[in-house]
Amino acid sequence: MKILKLFLVIFFIFPFNNLKADNEVLKNKITKNLRCLICQGQSVYDSDSEFANSLKIVVDNKINEGLSENQIYSYFQSKYGDWILYDPMFNKNTYFLWLLPLLIFFVGGAIIFNKFLKKQKKSDINKNER
Amino acid sequence: MKNKILPFLIFFIFIIIFIVFYKGLQNTNIYTPESKTSFEVPSVSVKLFNSDEIINTLEIFNSDKFYLLNIWSSWCVPCKQEHPILMELSQNNDLEIIGINYKDTKKNANDFLKDLGNPYDNIIFDNKGTNAIEWGAYGVPESFLINNNKIIKKYIGPLSKGSLEEIKLFIK
Repeated sequence: MKILKLFLVIFFIFPFNNLKADNEVLKNKITKNLRCLICQGQSVYDSDSEFANSLKIVVDNKINEGLSENQIYSYFQSKYGDWILYDPMFNKNTYFLWLLPLLIFFVGGAIIFNKFLKKQKKSDINKNER
Repeated sequence: MKNKILPFLIFFIFIIIFIVFYKGLQNTNIYTPESKTSFEVPSVSVKLFNSDEIINTLEIFNSDKFYLLNIWSSWCVPCKQEHPILMELSQNNDLEIIGINYKDTKKNANDFLKDLGNPYDNIIFDNKGTNAIEWGAYGVPESFLINNNKIIKKYIGPLSKGSLEEIKLFIK
């Protein structure tokens, strides 16, 4: 009887549901980053189309098979290309996309820095002339 | 010197932007999915429609023949439209037609085949639509021309008279 009570206490206190909930969170995260290719401006998570529903089942299956998030993205990328990912991975087709903002940031920073230096030089010359 | 170059530079940049936008105006804004045809036949376990037997796809596409994999469903109206073309292709001995019955019930699928004829040498039963995903499909109808375990051509949407002629040319 005591063992049964103990078992029941453990069963109700220990959140076994969390194991399933973690998978659900991961599934939602992945499907939010997958584009529904036959819908307009919707992710797989948002869409209720036949295509999106099949994709949700495949994501579920892949998570249960033990694949990681990136492995699942790679799987869909191999089937449908980079377009299916809202957040495309860094590869030879996307490096320009990823590096362009950084490049603009550094070039812009260099221009501002240059202007600032010139201004300081000018004010130094003016000071010396005085 | 610098002040002389600057207006030219701005003008030049505007010209480039104008050309890019002008070219962009001529592009169609209807998105057509990219046809990825370079990949091989996926190796997955599938359930056969007639026998409920579970086999690997590679066992179906095992010879060096030409195969036409057609994704269809009884509720899909364009599938009815392309069915006569499949019936015509089924008379060709050099081509084996394999169907994927997509998100359908066996009863409705059987009724569909009884009414319109059965062009398929083998049918894969895909009631959840997950097998179609393995092939990189978007929905129904969709067809893949396969030779030597490689997808050589993908047809999104119903097969037309033009695609029928093209398939015949490939088989020749």
